Amino acid sequence: MTIKIAVIQFPGSNCDLDTLYVLNNVISNGIEAELIWHNHFKEAQFDGVVLPGGFSFGDYLRSGIIAAHSPALDEARIMLKGGKPIIGICNGFQILAEAQFLPGALLRNDSLKFICKWVNIKVENNKTAFTSKMNIGDVLAIPIAHGEGRYYTDKLKELEENNQIVFRYSTENGELTEQANPNGSLESIAGVCNLEQNCLGLMPHPERASEPILSPKQTMHGRLFFESMVEFIKRRVS
Amino acid sequence: MDHQEYIVEVVLENKPAARDPVGETIQKDLLAKKGYNMVSNVRSGQYLRINISAANENEAKEIVDKMCNDLRIFNPVTQNLTILKVTQKN
Repeated sequence: MTIKIAVIQFPGSNCDLDTLYVLNNVISNGIEAELIWHNHFKEAQFDGVVLPGGFSFGDYLRSGIIAAHSPALDEARIMLKGGKPIIGICNGFQILAEAQFLPGALLRNDSLKFICKWVNIKVENNKTAFTSKMNIGDVLAIPIAHGEGRYYTDKLKELEENNQIVFRYSTENGELTEQANPNGSLESIAGVCNLEQNCLGLMPHPERASEPILSPKQTMHGRLFFESMVEFIKRRVS
Repeated sequence: MDHQEYIVEVVLENKPAARDPVGETIQKDLLAKKGYNMVSNVRSGQYLRINISAANENEAKEIVDKMCNDLRIFNPVTQNLTILKVTQKN
């Protein structure tokens, strides 16, 4: 079967080509990924969607808020209800939070600095559409690159009870420390999912961590996200 | 009814529970270091000045309030919205 994945382009997206490359050339495995301008996206033609990193509409007012009102998100909302997988990476996560696909919000880093570095994240939930190839407690090496990534929610207890916290920033050994939390996120939260677990948002960039040559430790943990997505789609349609 | 042009001034700021590192930096790293110890707290925010045509002041305020809520001009998870002032444009 051919798995059709849309990588949505907003004015300002800049991780769209990296994501497309990883899907088509690194993972491949029956994937046919396509770049789609946000006004042209029709969900019925696709099995899954990626909202890539970068910026959108200058990130004026708040990161992701203008894109959250774009026609692509109306289409994605249909996908969400239909149970198709949706992942938002970095700016994509900010868009999904502003569009209320995901709980919480992303605030300015507590250091006030744009942070671009490799971090470790610990897997807290491997039941989502993007984490089935991981084990709970696994520590993944993956880079971040953002100025507004400080996760905040006023419903922390609810998220914990519903198992919606998918990743937390940690040390290499999986310890949750203040130093390992790069941006001041509440409870070190790096990624969350919706109740149905078909939508994931995270600040780190799996598309930049999918080939050993790009990783300081020759890891390729980013592949697991996309491989899990493929598995989820195959299981869904079979 | 004749419509008039009004100016509605709106401020968005982080809720008290959400830290505001911009305000904290202004207070700690600038004001306190330059001797303004009488300043105990600074909160930063965003300011919008909206020109709007409406029947009266109240309607101008209501439209702005509704639009800010409906379109999430402010994020209710992290921010509060305050309408500072409504003035009629001469």
